[in-house]
Amino acid sequence: MEAVEIKNLLQQQLGVDIEWCSDENGVGDPFAVVPAEKWLEACRLARGHEQLQFDYLRALTGTDRPEQEVIEVVAHLFSYRLRHPFVLKTRAQRTQPVLDSISAVWPAAEWYEREIFDLLGVDFRGHRDLRRIMMPDDWPGHPLRKDYQQPDDYHGIPTSRPRAEEQAND
Amino acid sequence: MTHIERGPEGGYAVGPLDRLFNLARKHSLWYLLFGTACCAIELMQTGGPRADADRFGMMFRSTPRQADVLILAGTITYKMASRIRLLYDQMSEPKYVIAMGSCASTGGLFQKSYSVVNGGDLFLPVDVYIPGCPPRPESLVEGLMTVQRLIEKEPWLKKAWGKLPERSDPHLPKENV
Repeated sequence: MEAVEIKNLLQQQLGVDIEWCSDENGVGDPFAVVPAEKWLEACRLARGHEQLQFDYLRALTGTDRPEQEVIEVVAHLFSYRLRHPFVLKTRAQRTQPVLDSISAVWPAAEWYEREIFDLLGVDFRGHRDLRRIMMPDDWPGHPLRKDYQQPDDYHGIPTSRPRAEEQAND
Repeated sequence: MTHIERGPEGGYAVGPLDRLFNLARKHSLWYLLFGTACCAIELMQTGGPRADADRFGMMFRSTPRQADVLILAGTITYKMASRIRLLYDQMSEPKYVIAMGSCASTGGLFQKSYSVVNGGDLFLPVDVYIPGCPPRPESLVEGLMTVQRLIEKEPWLKKAWGKLPERSDPHLPKENV
């Protein structure tokens, strides 16, 4: 199935207007953006619908977009049965990012969502074990936010190294 | 410093006990088999038959309780740093630390990363730094031999005895103050 057909099917099934972006020259994957409240429903549909059958979640990532006041979550999907890929996006409010967890739809999303929570601070409702995955549990802030400020030290370990010339002056 | 004499039963040597101890310590330098990133592959190679660190008495140990040297083999993240500190604290004195490769020495390629410690010396007392990304097994053997040379010159017994309290016998009556 072509990407635009998938988008039309989703739009028809969900009953909402889906934002669509595709490059005529075929640069980059075309993608569809569903509203945050339809995120879980859209993913269920993508996995379960007879004509979609997206059985494989290739990747789930996030992007911070401070100028639009949103955090974008991107799911790269693929169907092994029907041999078609698709990119599905959604946007959460940046001030208090909350989304439904899709780990019940694709169990692989569990760790991806922990990663997005760790680095961007998106709260996934319905996730069974939402902890940080890469940073220590008591780390302040979310490092992939554009306005992230690195703390000066972590439990007595400085986070930056004095430059060689500064050391020579000491 | 050591005086060697010929005697009727063979030879004997007169010298400080430290020298004898250091000779023994130097030739049984056991390192902790512990790696945090790709340098660990070279660390494994160093224990293998080609570089064969065993010929210098350098054996890998799988518990910090038996290890003399902690080799920081690879990139150290903040999350790992507290675990490494725990390993270091479990090792018994005298203990040495080698920062293997550019990551363990300065943070290396990942210095600007939000999760990488900019060098093992920011939280552990590092004795020897080995440059390279990763260093070859020969470099690591050279680094371990540098530790051997450190041990050779170290007045360990003098240091250890200096730390003991003057009256250490528990059976002696305690003075009333």
